[in-house]
Amino acid sequence: MHELSLVASVFEVLEEEARKHGARRVLAVVVRVGVMSGVVPDLLESAFETYKKGTIAEAARLEIVSVPVKLRCPDCGGEAVREDTDFSCAACGSRRVEIVEGREIVVERIELET
Amino acid sequence: MTTKTITVVRDLLATNKQAAAAIREELRGRGILCVNLLSSPGSGKTTLLEALAERFRGRLRMAVIEGDIETERDAERIRAKGVPAWQITTGGACHLEARMIGKVLGDVPAAIDLLFIENVGNLVCPASYDLGESLRFVLLSTPEGDDKPAKYPQAFLSADALIVTKADLLPYVPFDPARAAAEALSIKPSLKVFTVSAVRGAGLDGLAGFLVESLERLRSGRA
Repeated sequence: MHELSLVASVFEVLEEEARKHGARRVLAVVVRVGVMSGVVPDLLESAFETYKKGTIAEAARLEIVSVPVKLRCPDCGGEAVREDTDFSCAACGSRRVEIVEGREIVVERIELET
Repeated sequence: MTTKTITVVRDLLATNKQAAAAIREELRGRGILCVNLLSSPGSGKTTLLEALAERFRGRLRMAVIEGDIETERDAERIRAKGVPAWQITTGGACHLEARMIGKVLGDVPAAIDLLFIENVGNLVCPASYDLGESLRFVLLSTPEGDDKPAKYPQAFLSADALIVTKADLLPYVPFDPARAAAEALSIKPSLKVFTVSAVRGAGLDGLAGFLVESLERLRSGRA
């Protein structure tokens, strides 16, 4: 599990943005976590709670938005969210689908107090 | 005192992805096929590399980067086969990152055909980290069970080939190669599947052939 090192990267982003905007505190962070990213939301949350002490984000809350797998089918042009791990096109059954969402780990939004 | 919401959209793996892209470009430029091996501990990554070292001896020049939490043991096993090997000990980290490979790359001699990276034994975390490889192999040994692809989908999803190892144990363990392959292919339809026994040599011709073809494809695309 490498959630702590990912949280360290979250804090690099927070510190950089806070400096850029002259913020005194970070109030909230929204992180999008794909279900196929290999990141466990609960672990990310505990790592965040541990890491934030004594930082500019000491009072910040972390909001994790779970992103399901979304497939795009090059054969029929369809796009659909897939709940299980059978990665085929729900419309035409094609197996050549690409995963367009669901593997990402992205800091989406930050709420700052200036 | 005001509150401000900022949309940032910053990919947390961006730094690793950039480092991986630089490695991929460098290795392609040098005409080296790089293969990242992922699996649980004990599924036979090092044993497979030992067998490939013997098979390619005198034909292709191999090198290996070993990732482990502790010890030089795997690198020593590879060196004993006459293949240069570098050991990265992560000291607890559960996966290799591109930056770690970048540090070793300068030591890898120019005259190499195949560079294998044996990742830390773990079917979860290494799947998220691109190391700049051309191919990713996921190994699944028969004693682990044929139900693993759906339990660890990220690893199979990110791989180019599934290598079922320890095929010599098939008479003794409840492992159905067809079931494992079908499950892995439902996650990743383009996955190539090889079933091998590194200790008996079974199936290694097909795998070696695939590596040679992939190397030729990489080099023909280089010009």
